[in-house]
Amino acid sequence: MLHPITTTHYLALSAALLLIGTMGVLARRNIVIILMSIELILNAVNINLIAFSNHLRNVNGQVFAIFVITAAVAEAAVGLGILIALFRNKETLQADEIDLLKW
Amino acid sequence: MNFLDSIWLIPLFPLAGAVLMLFLGKRLDPQGGQAGTPIPPRKALISLLCPGTVLVSFLFSAGAVAQLASLPEKVHEVVKFTWLTGLPFITQGGTTAQFAADWGFLLDPLSSVMILVVTGVGFLIHVYSVGYMGHEGGYYRFFGYLNLFVFFMLMLVLANNYALMFVGWEGVGLCSYLLIGFYFHKKSAGDAGKKAFVVNRIGDAGFILGILLMFAVFGTVRFLDVNKALAGGGVPSGPAAETAGFGVLSAITLLLFIGATGKSAQFPLYTWLPDAMEGPTPVSALIHAATMVTAGVYMVARSHHLFRLAPETSMIVAVIGAFTAILAASIALVQNDIKRVLAYSTISQLGYMFMACGVGAYWVAIFHLYTHAFFKALLFLGSGSVIHALGGEQDMRKMGGLKDKIPVTHWTMFVGALAIAGIPGLAGFFSKDEILWQVYSSPHGIKAVYIVGVITAGMTAFYMWRLIFMTFYGAPRADAHTMAHVHESPKVMTIPLVLLAAGSALGGWIGVPKLWSFLPETFRAFEHWLEPYLSVEAAGHAAEHHAASTEWLLMGLSVAVALTGIAIARRLYVQRPEQAEALGRAAGPVYTWALNKWYVDEAYDFLFVNGLGKGGGNALVSFDNRVVDGGVNGAGWVTRLTSSLSIWWDTWIVDGAVRLTSFTVKLSSYPMRVLQTGSVQAYALVMVLGAAVLFGYYLMR
Repeated sequence: MLHPITTTHYLALSAALLLIGTMGVLARRNIVIILMSIELILNAVNINLIAFSNHLRNVNGQVFAIFVITAAVAEAAVGLGILIALFRNKETLQADEIDLLKW
Repeated sequence: MNFLDSIWLIPLFPLAGAVLMLFLGKRLDPQGGQAGTPIPPRKALISLLCPGTVLVSFLFSAGAVAQLASLPEKVHEVVKFTWLTGLPFITQGGTTAQFAADWGFLLDPLSSVMILVVTGVGFLIHVYSVGYMGHEGGYYRFFGYLNLFVFFMLMLVLANNYALMFVGWEGVGLCSYLLIGFYFHKKSAGDAGKKAFVVNRIGDAGFILGILLMFAVFGTVRFLDVNKALAGGGVPSGPAAETAGFGVLSAITLLLFIGATGKSAQFPLYTWLPDAMEGPTPVSALIHAATMVTAGVYMVARSHHLFRLAPETSMIVAVIGAFTAILAASIALVQNDIKRVLAYSTISQLGYMFMACGVGAYWVAIFHLYTHAFFKALLFLGSGSVIHALGGEQDMRKMGGLKDKIPVTHWTMFVGALAIAGIPGLAGFFSKDEILWQVYSSPHGIKAVYIVGVITAGMTAFYMWRLIFMTFYGAPRADAHTMAHVHESPKVMTIPLVLLAAGSALGGWIGVPKLWSFLPETFRAFEHWLEPYLSVEAAGHAAEHHAASTEWLLMGLSVAVALTGIAIARRLYVQRPEQAEALGRAAGPVYTWALNKWYVDEAYDFLFVNGLGKGGGNALVSFDNRVVDGGVNGAGWVTRLTSSLSIWWDTWIVDGAVRLTSFTVKLSSYPMRVLQTGSVQAYALVMVLGAAVLFGYYLMR
């Protein structure tokens, strides 16, 4: 018999996704992967929001999650746009090669 | 007609001739540039005009001298106008003087002799030139120069002050230059002209310095004023008669004498005269024998009041004269060019004149000048006639045997050679013997100079008769073609020769020795004319201290020496010509040295032309290169050095300070820079860590 899925599980999943996403953002060099990692982080937040919405019996969390998805979509669109412009200029998608902000 | 007040006209006639030649000459002689063309009728006008002006001058001079003789003072001065004026200044004596030179003319016994010689002999030479130059190019140019020369020479001898005399002095120098270089297409002629000009400049510098010093002392350059100042027992400013030592009068006279050595070709400035033989022969006769070269003697005689008070200089004059006389005679012994023999003979005879000046016998010097003008002009013109006859040959080794071919030339030159050798009865005897006697007997006389004079007399007789014998006697050495064309010169050339020969033969009879007391005083007219005017001693002629027998003895000695000289010449060049060569070989180096003129020209070349001239030029060049350019380069180098220092200062100190500031900033900014990697992920990592720390802090609390 399987244990029932509790809020704690959801929070653990959320935390795991957050950590995976954070590590992806920090450690991976390909910007596409970084963007994908950012999606992971956002979705970790979404799971968190929805888990607490269910736990607290409050629909605000679910509404907020929809807003996050919308913001993520917009972010992904803008991010991919920047990424294409960047690729046209620099011919690379390696984040460590793009260090124009350096002194 | 009052000729005395018209003496200023005398030089103007030849000047008019010269000016006419300048403006009209080319029209009268259209073939002027070409030699050998027949004489066009208009050319005859030149032949009349140019000698004519000199003849008019001669007649004027004769008239003026005749009128002068009747004056009690025998001095006549005509001042036309003041020519040069200067600012007043203080003379050495402390008095104020203003420089002033008149355009003034002075006729006195001395200048009267000179103008008669210049115009008289000058006229004969002009006439001769009509024949001699008739077929030469530049006929009008030649006569224009010749007339200009007579003008300047008359200015020289008639001037009443040293400044105007200097005008004539330089003028004759110019004409001499122009006429030496008359054949200007020949490089040697141009060079000879330049040499004469340059060597004379050295003398002229001395002359003009002498004039200026004289002005500084006396405050005047007029002959009569200077004489007046000196006659008053010395110089107004203080320097009394210099009986001993070297003072200002000695300096003046020495400077004047330097001028005389240049113009009168004395050692050490004589080297130009032999080269001057490059000019046409009448020029050699007129300028380089009879007149211009005697200007120095005239000037010394003219300044006799000064020289009288400067015994040191007088001695130098006598010694230089004697040395020049024997040096030039020794060179003349072996020369082969007929004109060069005569040129060295002229130098030697001028030496005699200076000997006489040096011992204070000024009238004798002028007497020799006068007789020398006759016989040397005659000898030159005669040699010109010989050269003419041989078609331009001047080398005596290619002459000989001309005696019967050109008899007039031969006999006139024969007379001239007798005269110069000092055979009794002819002009040269009286003047030369009087010089020797004065040198021997005068209180200023020097015995060594006398001995030199006698030896020179013997050499004179030898070289002059060597010339006669080589030219006219013996077997002809010219080639048959030349000999076939030998012809006597035309009358226009021979008549002057005959007249000059007459002068050489008889000219001396106005100055016979006092010793010949059997002759009336008329025969001593020359002495009576000049001697009181040029007298050195106040009273009592020094010669009278000597016994008459001594004088007879010395006279006999000099005649014997002359005859010996002639006899040796006859033996060597007529009887035993082969002995002459043997003697030349036996003399070896001495002969070679004399033939090469004792290498004086080479020595001058070495010392002055190459040494002082080129060496000095090189020294100046190196001075320019090293010192002047060196200064500029040094200044450049210093500028560069300072600018280098400035650069260094700018680079290291000024820029250094700026860069140090920036470097400090850079250094201090280093830690910050390290954080600023530009890598977004690095920033993100820091952000995450920061968030983790903050989160941790809230959890732990």
